[in-house]
Amino acid sequence: MASTREIRRRIRSVRNISQVTRAMEAVAASKMRRAQQQVMATRPYAEKALEVLSHIARLHGSGDAMDALITSRAEIKRVGIVLITADRGLAGGFNANVLRENAAFIKKQRDQGREVEVVVVGRKGRDWLLRYDPAIRAEFTNMPDTLATADIAPISRTVIDDFRSERFDEVHIIFTDFVNTLIQRPTVQQILPVVPAETTATMPPDYIFEPSVEAVLEQVLIGFTEVQILQAMYESIASEHSARMVAMRNATEAANELVDELTLTYNKARQEGITRELMDIIGGSIGLE
Amino acid sequence: MTIQVEIVTPSRQLYSGEVEMITMPGVEGEMGVLAGHAPLLTTLNIGELTLHNAAGEPEYIAVSGGVVEVLPDKVIVMARSAERAEEIDIARAEEALQRAEEALRTRPDEDRQPVEIAYRRSQLRLKVARRRRRTRPGVFVEDEG
Repeated sequence: MASTREIRRRIRSVRNISQVTRAMEAVAASKMRRAQQQVMATRPYAEKALEVLSHIARLHGSGDAMDALITSRAEIKRVGIVLITADRGLAGGFNANVLRENAAFIKKQRDQGREVEVVVVGRKGRDWLLRYDPAIRAEFTNMPDTLATADIAPISRTVIDDFRSERFDEVHIIFTDFVNTLIQRPTVQQILPVVPAETTATMPPDYIFEPSVEAVLEQVLIGFTEVQILQAMYESIASEHSARMVAMRNATEAANELVDELTLTYNKARQEGITRELMDIIGGSIGLE
Repeated sequence: MTIQVEIVTPSRQLYSGEVEMITMPGVEGEMGVLAGHAPLLTTLNIGELTLHNAAGEPEYIAVSGGVVEVLPDKVIVMARSAERAEEIDIARAEEALQRAEEALRTRPDEDRQPVEIAYRRSQLRLKVARRRRRTRPGVFVEDEG
């Protein structure tokens, strides 16, 4: 049995850990709320862009051939992936889950004889790829928590350029969809070529286009790609913090349980010590008589 | 007659309200829109967007690129980025301008295009920031970006 002093020291250290994890939980909770608000804030733009997009597509038949970004290729030989992970761990299964989804997706593409390259966001994803599957096209780490369009512009520029230059025939984004604080789902979504959704919104048919339909379409497509990447980033950030929040809450609870257990052990050890001393004293006084 | 204006960027909705007139940096030149305009879709330049209100002073917003949809009763600005004058930090904008100027001097000619865009953007942001107003009519959506 450990000495009472050792137990006391352990209790103190476990209590410190629980304070740290409790603080991390609070930080993660506030960051998660912020990211959730940001997800909501992207919706007006995304909806509007999609509306204009499907309108133009309908105006000109299928919309094919008007811009490479909206045109499906007959043969898919090279696939690009935008993989979104976190820079930091201690977030439960967050990184592992999205990486598993990524590995499965890569395997599926390769089984069909396609080449795969990954544009990776986040240190965890980069480290994983470097170790197991170094098909990295580009890496982006240390992204700020409060993202703006300017922060993801290099990502969208990379995939749009690669798609136009036919380095990629298709681009998918793999991110963690925030369902609620308990459920975050790794998700694969195609971002290029853009698939215009069927729209129910009615727009007047007689638009003037300046300088041309093609120029407007190109801008809308670039904007739409950007907002999709941005949304995926916000979803991932919300998921990361929510996973961390839950992980930290569990850690805090485990630490508190441990403190209780240790306190019990400590009290037993202390009581034993007292009993032993009493026995000694009693034994001693008997011996004197 | 007023016209409904909405300004959205990928990361937020910046403005939503009624104005008398809106002027924008259209790709074919400066463009003013009043209520009753013919339906129009146009791309935007890097430039200054102005919201003219009946009552107060005009509202200045720096926009760079994007698309505008004009309807008879509504204007929807889908900007790639947009900032209103009050949000721009003048000191930081000046720094950015200096950096861009420096880069323009040192870059070889073939890499100049992104730098020139950065230069134009930082010039514009400074210009708009210096228009900072004292009164603020119009409803602004709180900044989250």
